[in-house]
Amino acid sequence: MALNTEKNSYTVIFAVVMVIVVGSILAGFANGLKPTIKANERYEKQQNILYAMGVNENEGANDVEFIPTERVEEVFAQYIKKQFVIQGDEVTENDEAYLIDVKKEEAMAKNGDYERRLPLFLAEKDGQEMYVMPVRGKGLWDAIWGFVAVDKSMTVEGVYFDHKGETPGLGAEIKQRFFMDDFEGESFLNDGSFSTIKVAKGNNDPKNEDKTDNEVDALAGATITGDGLTAMLRKDVKMYVPYFKKLN
Amino acid sequence: MGLLSKKDSKLILDPLADNNPITIQVLGICSALAITAQLKPSIVMAISVIFVLGVGNVVISLMRNIIPSKIRIIVQLIVVATLVIIVDQVLKAFAYTLSKELSVFIGLIITNCIIMGRFEAFALGNGPWKSFLDGIGNALGYGVILIIVGFFRELFGSGTLFGLKVLGDSVEKTGLYAIGYENNGFMVLPPMALIVVGIIIWVQRSKNKALIEEN
Repeated sequence: MALNTEKNSYTVIFAVVMVIVVGSILAGFANGLKPTIKANERYEKQQNILYAMGVNENEGANDVEFIPTERVEEVFAQYIKKQFVIQGDEVTENDEAYLIDVKKEEAMAKNGDYERRLPLFLAEKDGQEMYVMPVRGKGLWDAIWGFVAVDKSMTVEGVYFDHKGETPGLGAEIKQRFFMDDFEGESFLNDGSFSTIKVAKGNNDPKNEDKTDNEVDALAGATITGDGLTAMLRKDVKMYVPYFKKLN
Repeated sequence: MGLLSKKDSKLILDPLADNNPITIQVLGICSALAITAQLKPSIVMAISVIFVLGVGNVVISLMRNIIPSKIRIIVQLIVVATLVIIVDQVLKAFAYTLSKELSVFIGLIITNCIIMGRFEAFALGNGPWKSFLDGIGNALGYGVILIIVGFFRELFGSGTLFGLKVLGDSVEKTGLYAIGYENNGFMVLPPMALIVVGIIIWVQRSKNKALIEEN
């Protein structure tokens, strides 16, 4: 029997069947792979936090090598001493603080009178205590985010930045060693008050030897990504300032 | 090629040179400009397109007699989108770092005109085996250009290949940089990709005069 593929009823039935078939295939894939993907995301967060505090497997001068996924949970437990959730004035300890979705918290706080939960990790490396906080903002094309590790006086110990879709070769370079390493030693405090670290163009300090100027050298061709990064640090790190004031 | 008949091997080899989707048909330019600032994404994009176009062409070809012509474009879109989502999910589950690096590029495959173009122009009218060869051939033709452009843009724009500093260190002034060489920052910007593609088209046509259209 030859099919009459021009009939309207056939077209509708075909469309419906196609949608059901494709829908089930995709749902099957998504469901089957979900646990693996979720675990990958969890490991990635742990790797990023550890990277920000300088726990990594870097060998060459340009490497950005994380602790491998097989070992990351163990290493994470070893370095991260306490995990806090700051909500308003309240600080509680919570071992799953690193799973807090910063993006969701931000959206909820925007939509109503919800005090957002801020995760903060107390870590210890080579006998020195440091604090790691997540940051999230906008780049040129899409979200940028990262983790910032500071000591008690808010001097940067290390950072990790990542992005969703910045331009390769330009904005995407924020996750390169030479850019992230520049932040080390810079401070978020200037004479005791909060001052964000700026990604600055033409700051006459391209090798970043001046650690008191609250500035790092910008990336050429990535002005908007750099500005977004500055804004992200200003907005997100600032929220932690009251907590750090209490520490000192 | 002993395995393939003359006609079949033509399907693979033609798009590599004399009927190249980018330089002759000028399709798929959008993604060719967007992702070729570095060599590595160019290569992975090429591989992903080979998979999607190869499999997609076969699927469309198998369905060619039952697709209602009124909604055929939508059906083609669904097939591409499905394949792309599957690629994306599989990469996320088993090659997480790679999928992070490619992020948007995988999604961009959906918008690649070459894929819809081959579905519409070839797979709808030919059998699965031929469609498969045609898909692989065109994706290879696309990939070759991508890799050539990516090679030159990364080399002259950043002085690196695969992230390795082949020309020396531009900050420390070693290698070529010691004698005053500078990276050309314009190379990493999309307009330069267009110019590089233009140069490839120029070279290709001046070598093979038969490709020059008459006005």
